[in-house]
Amino acid sequence: MDKTVNQKAWLLVAPVFLIVAFSAVLPLMTVVNYSVQDTFGNNQFFWNGIGWFKELLDPSTDLGSRFFASLWRNLFFSAVILAIEIPLGIVVALSMPREGWRVAACLVILALPLLIPWNVVGTIWQVFGRPDIGLLGYTLNHLGVNYNYVSNEIDAWATIIVMDVWHWTSLVALLCYAGLKSIPDAYYQAAQIDGASRWAVFTAIQLPKMKRVLLIAGLLRFMDSFMIYTEPFVVTGGGPGNSTTFISIELVKIALGQFDLGKAAALSLVYNLIILITCWIFYTVMTNAGADHKARTGEA
Amino acid sequence: MQTIPGRRAIMIVFLVFLLLPIYWLVNMSFKTNGEIVSTMTLWPHQPTIANYMRIFTDESWYSGYIHSIKYVVINTVISISFALPAAYAFSRYRFVGDKHLFFWLLSNRMAPPAVFALPFFNLYSAIDLFDTPWAVALAHCLFNVPLAVWILEGFVSSVPKEIDETAFLDGYSFPRFFIKILVPLIASGIGVAAFFCFMFSWVELLLARTLTSVNAKPIAAVMTRTVSAAGMDWGLLSAAGVLTIIPGALVIWFVRNYIARGFALGRV
Repeated sequence: MDKTVNQKAWLLVAPVFLIVAFSAVLPLMTVVNYSVQDTFGNNQFFWNGIGWFKELLDPSTDLGSRFFASLWRNLFFSAVILAIEIPLGIVVALSMPREGWRVAACLVILALPLLIPWNVVGTIWQVFGRPDIGLLGYTLNHLGVNYNYVSNEIDAWATIIVMDVWHWTSLVALLCYAGLKSIPDAYYQAAQIDGASRWAVFTAIQLPKMKRVLLIAGLLRFMDSFMIYTEPFVVTGGGPGNSTTFISIELVKIALGQFDLGKAAALSLVYNLIILITCWIFYTVMTNAGADHKARTGEA
Repeated sequence: MQTIPGRRAIMIVFLVFLLLPIYWLVNMSFKTNGEIVSTMTLWPHQPTIANYMRIFTDESWYSGYIHSIKYVVINTVISISFALPAAYAFSRYRFVGDKHLFFWLLSNRMAPPAVFALPFFNLYSAIDLFDTPWAVALAHCLFNVPLAVWILEGFVSSVPKEIDETAFLDGYSFPRFFIKILVPLIASGIGVAAFFCFMFSWVELLLARTLTSVNAKPIAAVMTRTVSAAGMDWGLLSAAGVLTIIPGALVIWFVRNYIARGFALGRV
């Protein structure tokens, strides 16, 4: 759509700008302010320059080692859930019924986990996984698997990964389904005339058509898994030990648990920077893909 | 649409995987604590609604739901009413800094709430809003206003520009055009955006918990407190969980075709 240049449009945008600036810029300024100061309590602050940042980025210090440990943990977690959820989401989308009431029923059930409050997702898996009262934990232990997510690191990780797959695979599936539905029947008819195999149809028609939604799904899942807090906090509380302490959990521990303002602020800024860079990639991909999409369908 | 072999089996297995943990929560919520701890039963043998009755009669429990609903509603109203004009502006006009502003909004939707917990605590304490629904409602604007702008922009763009031009030629003033013509045309879009604002505010725990202590404690925080307190009351906790799922489950039918769109910020 052609857009006209009109600077008065700022008047329409101003309320949004002000309210988001109030909730985003103002607090971030406080964070920047804290990140260069140290305090001995009593509201007495003194200049600390880039001291906190140095400590944060130096793995030999306590703060630095905690930051890098939780960062790698978080990146590993994101990689694992992406590797499971994206292929599984595609398979589920391809398994959707063709038409009728079954489509609606499947859509509703698929969407259900997405709409459950995050702490309740944690509660559900806590109740489901406990060896004494949970169906999953009870069954596993009676099958001879010694499963206990409270005391065993690997079990805790497995629980959190399965929980995330349970919670978010539907999102990937729904996005892929939306992409698949936009493929005209003529494409399939042409493929049939050419005698294309199922696999050829998938790689030559369906996958290219899903490219855009898959990018969006992948980036959304990466961002959200990179700032995950509530679900692991409820299920494992970051334990056993520190084995499931992700960046957000570490940050909240430092900021609200120990009230270490300077350290927390420095960590916040580095964390935010990583998010901002990823977000920029996301935005570029999304707008480019959007332009591409429009150019191909001839909307523009 | 071409599908894959064995699709019915795959779909059924996946749906069972999704529903089983939810069923278990519902199952637990109808059991007495005695039954939960002593035996493993696949359905409640002595079904009881005592857990639910306790939530509906104990103020520290039911007030949690009231507090949550309060800030969620305030937040949804603020987000939609602020986002509507902005969505129109982004959809129709080009202006200085529009692309940067659009990106900046997105970056706030993606910002980790953990970063904002401490500064929000300081900010809302300083302006005397701490422990009120307003603090949480305003804090959730951080991600809900950008979300609403992005979703609504998609819907406004699907309204042909000729409609605006005809309305202005007919002598409609801008506010009158906006309320009488544009809003009814994108009513379903507003519904979808409102649903997602409601949902994302409803599921968030960290900021809601940080910004309240007693008078505005949300249900999510009431639940975590019970988890950490001595003596796990699993039946009660499950019942509270089931009740938080209900609002989403009630409206899900109406938005089933828009879910992908809403989660992808209106870009699918």
